[in-house]
Amino acid sequence: MTTQTNQATEIKSTTCYMCACRCGINVHLKNGEVKYIEGNPDHPLNKGVICAKGSSGIMKQYSPARLTTPLRRKANATRGEGQFEAITWEEAFDTLETRLRHIRATDPKKFGLFTGRDQMQALTGLFAKQFGTPNYAAHGGFCSVNMAAGMIYTIGGSFWEFGGPDLHHAKLFVMIGTAEDHHSNPLKIELAEFKRNGGRMIAINPVRTGYAAVADEWIPIRPGTDGALLLAITREIIEQGLYDRDFVVNYTNGPELVNLDPNNREYGMFLRFEVPLEEGCFDPQNKLWWDKDLNKPISTHTPGADPFLIGEFKLKDGTPVKPAFQLLRERVESYTAEWAEDITGIPAATIKRLAHEMGITARDQKIELPIAWTDVWGNEHDHVTGNPVAFHAMRGLAAHSNGFQSIRALSILMSLLGTIDRPGGFRHKAPYPRPIPPCPKTGTSPDAVKPNTPLDGMPLGWPADPDDLFVDDAGEPVRIDKGFSWEYPLSVHGLMHNVITNAWRGDPYKLDTLLIFMANMAWNSSMNTTEVRDMLKDKDENGDYKIPFLVVCDAFHSEMTAFADLILPDTTYLERYDVMSMLDRPISEYDGPVDSVRIPILPPTGQCKPFQEVLIELGSRLGFPAFTDAKGKRKFKDYPDFIINFETAPGSGIGFLSGWRGQNGQKTMRGEPNPNQWEQYAKNNCMHHHVMPKSYQYMRNWNEGYLQWAKANGLTRHAEPINIHLYSEVLHKFRRAAQGISHGKQPPERLRKRVERFFDALPFYHEPLENEMINKQDFPLSALTQRPMAMYHSWDSQNAWLRQIHAHNYLHMHPSVGEKYGFEDGDWIWVESTHGRVRCEARYSQSVEPNTVWTWNAIGKASGAWGLEKDANECTRGFLLNHIIGEELPNQAEGEHISNSDPITGQAAWFDVRVKVYKADKKDQGSTFPQFPTQPRYPGMAKPVGKWQTFIGGSGLFKNRFKRGEA
Amino acid sequence: MHPAFSVIFLTTLIGAGQGLFLALYTGQVYNTFGVVGDVMPPQPLYIAGTVIVTLLMALGLFASFFHLGRPERAWRAATMWRTSWLAREVIVLPAFAGTAFLWGALHYFGIDPVVFTTGTVEVKLTLLVGLVAGVLAFLLYVCTGMIYAAIKFIQEWATPLTIVNYTLLGLASGFSLAAALSAYYCSSLVDAYALWALVFTLVGFVSRIFALRRNGRLKYKSTACTAIGVRHPKITQISQGAMGGSFNTREFFHHKTPQFMQAIKVFFLIMAFIVPVTLVVIGWSNQFALVLLAAALIQYVGLLAERWFFFAQANHPQNLYYQAT
Amino acid sequence: MTQLALVIDLNVCVGCSACVTSCKEWNTSSEGGGGMVDKNPYGKDPTGTFFNRVQTFEVGEYPNVETVHFPKSCLHCEDPPCVPVCPTGASYKRKEDGIVLVDYDKCIGCKYCSWACPYGAREIDEKQKVMKKCTLCVDRIYDTSLREDRRKPACVLACPTSARLFGDVHDPMSAVSVAINERGGYQLMPEWGTRPSNHYLPRRKMKSQVTEESLNRIDNPLKKEEQRAPVSSDLPSLDDFLF
Repeated sequence: MTTQTNQATEIKSTTCYMCACRCGINVHLKNGEVKYIEGNPDHPLNKGVICAKGSSGIMKQYSPARLTTPLRRKANATRGEGQFEAITWEEAFDTLETRLRHIRATDPKKFGLFTGRDQMQALTGLFAKQFGTPNYAAHGGFCSVNMAAGMIYTIGGSFWEFGGPDLHHAKLFVMIGTAEDHHSNPLKIELAEFKRNGGRMIAINPVRTGYAAVADEWIPIRPGTDGALLLAITREIIEQGLYDRDFVVNYTNGPELVNLDPNNREYGMFLRFEVPLEEGCFDPQNKLWWDKDLNKPISTHTPGADPFLIGEFKLKDGTPVKPAFQLLRERVESYTAEWAEDITGIPAATIKRLAHEMGITARDQKIELPIAWTDVWGNEHDHVTGNPVAFHAMRGLAAHSNGFQSIRALSILMSLLGTIDRPGGFRHKAPYPRPIPPCPKTGTSPDAVKPNTPLDGMPLGWPADPDDLFVDDAGEPVRIDKGFSWEYPLSVHGLMHNVITNAWRGDPYKLDTLLIFMANMAWNSSMNTTEVRDMLKDKDENGDYKIPFLVVCDAFHSEMTAFADLILPDTTYLERYDVMSMLDRPISEYDGPVDSVRIPILPPTGQCKPFQEVLIELGSRLGFPAFTDAKGKRKFKDYPDFIINFETAPGSGIGFLSGWRGQNGQKTMRGEPNPNQWEQYAKNNCMHHHVMPKSYQYMRNWNEGYLQWAKANGLTRHAEPINIHLYSEVLHKFRRAAQGISHGKQPPERLRKRVERFFDALPFYHEPLENEMINKQDFPLSALTQRPMAMYHSWDSQNAWLRQIHAHNYLHMHPSVGEKYGFEDGDWIWVESTHGRVRCEARYSQSVEPNTVWTWNAIGKASGAWGLEKDANECTRGFLLNHIIGEELPNQAEGEHISNSDPITGQAAWFDVRVKVYKADKKDQGSTFPQFPTQPRYPGMAKPVGKWQTFIGGSGLFKNRFKRGEA
Repeated sequence: MHPAFSVIFLTTLIGAGQGLFLALYTGQVYNTFGVVGDVMPPQPLYIAGTVIVTLLMALGLFASFFHLGRPERAWRAATMWRTSWLAREVIVLPAFAGTAFLWGALHYFGIDPVVFTTGTVEVKLTLLVGLVAGVLAFLLYVCTGMIYAAIKFIQEWATPLTIVNYTLLGLASGFSLAAALSAYYCSSLVDAYALWALVFTLVGFVSRIFALRRNGRLKYKSTACTAIGVRHPKITQISQGAMGGSFNTREFFHHKTPQFMQAIKVFFLIMAFIVPVTLVVIGWSNQFALVLLAAALIQYVGLLAERWFFFAQANHPQNLYYQAT
Repeated sequence: MTQLALVIDLNVCVGCSACVTSCKEWNTSSEGGGGMVDKNPYGKDPTGTFFNRVQTFEVGEYPNVETVHFPKSCLHCEDPPCVPVCPTGASYKRKEDGIVLVDYDKCIGCKYCSWACPYGAREIDEKQKVMKKCTLCVDRIYDTSLREDRRKPACVLACPTSARLFGDVHDPMSAVSVAINERGGYQLMPEWGTRPSNHYLPRRKMKSQVTEESLNRIDNPLKKEEQRAPVSSDLPSLDDFLF
């Protein structure tokens, strides 16, 4: 929408990208310069509000850290020195085309495409697939894949883009761990409403920062022990009978009978009364309950049947069976509150009280909404029931090597309380719920990778059993990051954090060209940063770089760009088209699908080119089938054209955008391409919101109306119920393989024990892996990072306004830590892990659990990077904890390497690191460690700004900044 | 507070200027009424004195301009004399300096008609002009002192002692200077000046010690509790919202150690009071102009330190919001 | 008499600093604003003029500690000590709506008003050398070209938790007055008699309402799991005797 308020100011709508929240914004322009960015009051996501980052978007647009021209490493310069020369796009494309054409024609997997916080995975993934390389992932593996996988493998949906807490109806809200940077504005809006309505919020977190500040109760917990807490709560809920029996019976696999005959190959599997010819990717309704009245097995959901949840039974043939719920009960039997107290540091009485409060609130404060709906078994309900206990969690739970099982435990607890897709509990967002696990699968053998051929299989997928793994005959990985291999079988977001190490080592093989988009792998996106920086510039015995060709696409002068052979300057979010697509991670609301777009507010700066255009150009040049017609001619003019006209399959009617489809834009969700689709989005606040009928808005896992609608609109393939996996047969299938019981793919011998141990159908608690391998007495403290709300990841240190709020970072700790280890508040200290040490300033705080130290994430910067002056606080007083977090586990057998990640999903275990702290010598005080040579500015960057800067939008000063650039 | 050198120089220079003028005028009164004094009116002393007074006032004014962001608009500063002590100072300062200059000029040009006679005393024009200037000098002390004393929540300042001290210390430095000057001109006023210099310095010392004692025992009305409105004995600030610092962290803090503060205090007590008293006694008893001049100069240096300390010691309640500094 | 003011709800403020930068953004480019300077914007110790900052305090000791995020801007006192001390009249309080403003054209940058503010609400613009402070977005709130619901200070519109209420504290029916009355809104440093118009709403704790008695319920689902032992009908029974 474009409005003219007066002659000078023009207002345009687009979507924010100062973080991944994706709020609607109205951008005020004066003389072609951004003057003011405000929240769009007509946008469903942020309803007019805007965060500290969003308002500072101007300072990103006009940041002197911007890259404005393609750059090539000078021939005589070493990687990492940051010596570049400007080249034209034509040269850049020619270089890439030649190189990539050769790789594609010989061995496509020698090309890797890994992306950071981009919001275009549908396109980048499509590019990788069309190229034919399996080596593609976004940053999810080092972000929060445990959250996605743990929940989706349990309830068919997850927090963040896929679902969230229904704070509008909730009475009790429990937030576990740090989660500030995800879905931030909507969550803040809802949190405030929740508190105003008298809701009670409990924060469980080692640190009381962020939203925990406004919690009614703060429960400090030792890092990495969330699973123990959740299991102990689950035990108390079960033992006190505080679970929602009706919900567990009807909507989970709790009553389904599990074969427990140790001599039967089917041990641990559900009993099935028939085996369908072909199972789609859904749970066939062929399981059994033990009916209370008939006292015998009966088909699940038989009308009038009432199954036992607890007990053990024998089939006629003597086979012992138990309901899954009984197995869960047995599993948590030993997880008493007293047991958890020793692990978590939370008093047993508090744990029990928590359980009681959750259970009793869920039970006694039920919500009934007068919304009639019909379940998939044909039962008509005249209302929707809700148990108003909501949870939220994100990286705090996820970024541990036991995170998947912790999150399974959380999902199960939420399910026992009967809160899944019900008012006041957890609510899905389209396209979720999806089957458990969702249908897409990767390739399953090296044959999926063939020269000049698109990859067979999806770039990332959801393994449902061992045969879905992407491994060779020896069970070894096909992917460079070893994703979907036996090392991390359910690595549904890949393991970007291991790509550089693996490629450098040549394990499982070497890469030729690595294209990194928008990820700062030479700094805060890598673990073990110092060594990763060395790997990036390491050479083999022939003097060639071990990673031969490194291409980096970024809008800014990040640490990673210094290591590039070729830099492609990306645009800012105000200079490009983008889609928040239903094919990717849309911005759906609980009441229906929402997708949105960005529309350029400003022309690109200098030679900047949106990465999407780069992909489409390359895809067209290389003749990818999706980007060319039968004659090999370019199909799409540019990215906007691609978005309009691309269909998932010819005539599928499903494209990147769900709104205003069909020739005249009259169709929603699916329909023929509409040439005026962008205009329609532009006219409608850059988003499309389809509000579903109320009767489709709840209980969607089992809601006949919704499931049929979702199927008809292409959101899912099957309209089958998505029953909650209290007991995960999927996980058990991997254990069976490891035990050698099942046919099909088998893990390599060295991994059998590992797979058998961690692939447990029921959640269990184990210490974080690294903690099991080091002497914890030597490293007595856990070290964490938290996310400042005014600074998203590493993006904003270049931002003149935001960096004033967080210019550097301290290590925060309880005063007793300083007393114990001999230093005082404000002293310079060393922080040492088994991987190395960093130096920083200590800061006392009362709001941190005494066995934990923490700092703000990604404030520290390398000298000179991000367009900052070399003595900027971010460098001299800022520090990065990543240097002392290993990307691989310590103390492995000779020649063996395993990622410091969750053994199930490959989630980077950032928060497992343990440290000791001690005072720095006098000579070491005054600056943080490590320090690196100052990164120079590149050709095309604006000149240093100097001492003063006064932003007045429309004055032209900033617009001219890049015209006066050095290029 | 962060002691600004512009204001330190302003207040000490004009304080000394006012004091010197008052000394000169005291001399004239003594001479006129024959209390003590010279056979002949010490015209050179008056004239040289006025030159120095004018110089001190001008230097003070000059220093004050460094305190202004927009000195070109300084003329506006007289506008709000009804409410602002600063505006009043802005009016009184030039009024005093001008009248004092006029007094000196009248002496210089010998324009000094008898205005009226009362008894045996001829009241001349300069005596009346001087009276006006003298009153203005005292008013200026009040204005300067009130600028600080009127800020009620800077409790170190919000006391009549502030005005008393500004007055006494200004008088002390002025009379010390007058003593040196009169000794140089071999005026018999030196005894009176030296005596008054001693009296003002010693009384000033007592009153300054009182102020220090008072400030040392201040109970602050504002606390972290009233600042953020949360009642709890333990409130610690962990972030002030601007890690690179802000106007609030620069303008209201001296950023010096307690040891440094203590050292400055001892320094100014010695340099502004003890050393000058000793030197005045020595210089006076020997009629040694150079020693008296040394006394005046050392005292001035001491007063610079005193004034620095005056600002630094003031604890602004806004600092409760910047404890993390 | 109207007295416009902000009421800040500490019960929901999460310390995100949205108000800080939205304020900076609006006021640096707004008509007549003249910009809000930043010094060392990309260098050592970056610092600039802001009208509003969020600070953080810890209240209490571990584990009984509260983290209080505390936004602070000009409080638009009813009896503003910063106004009478201004020698030029640049600092003034508007009769019509009680907003305390600085006339940048009259200000000589003597900083005296900032000394005379116990709250540290004023900041000098180190480039323009004039004193600046929160204007309650006086150039927004009366702008009839804006949608009515957008005629509010930038910080109020930005705040994601709506922790900032804006209105006339002299109107007893206004939302701000109601909030002050109902929620125990308070003023900062009341000891100085400045009577700040801005008020703060205190934290409000929701305690757990759950009691142990609630654990015992007749409909405890565990009771539904009791298995009746199968009983053989061949066992002796009264039927053997009773007729």
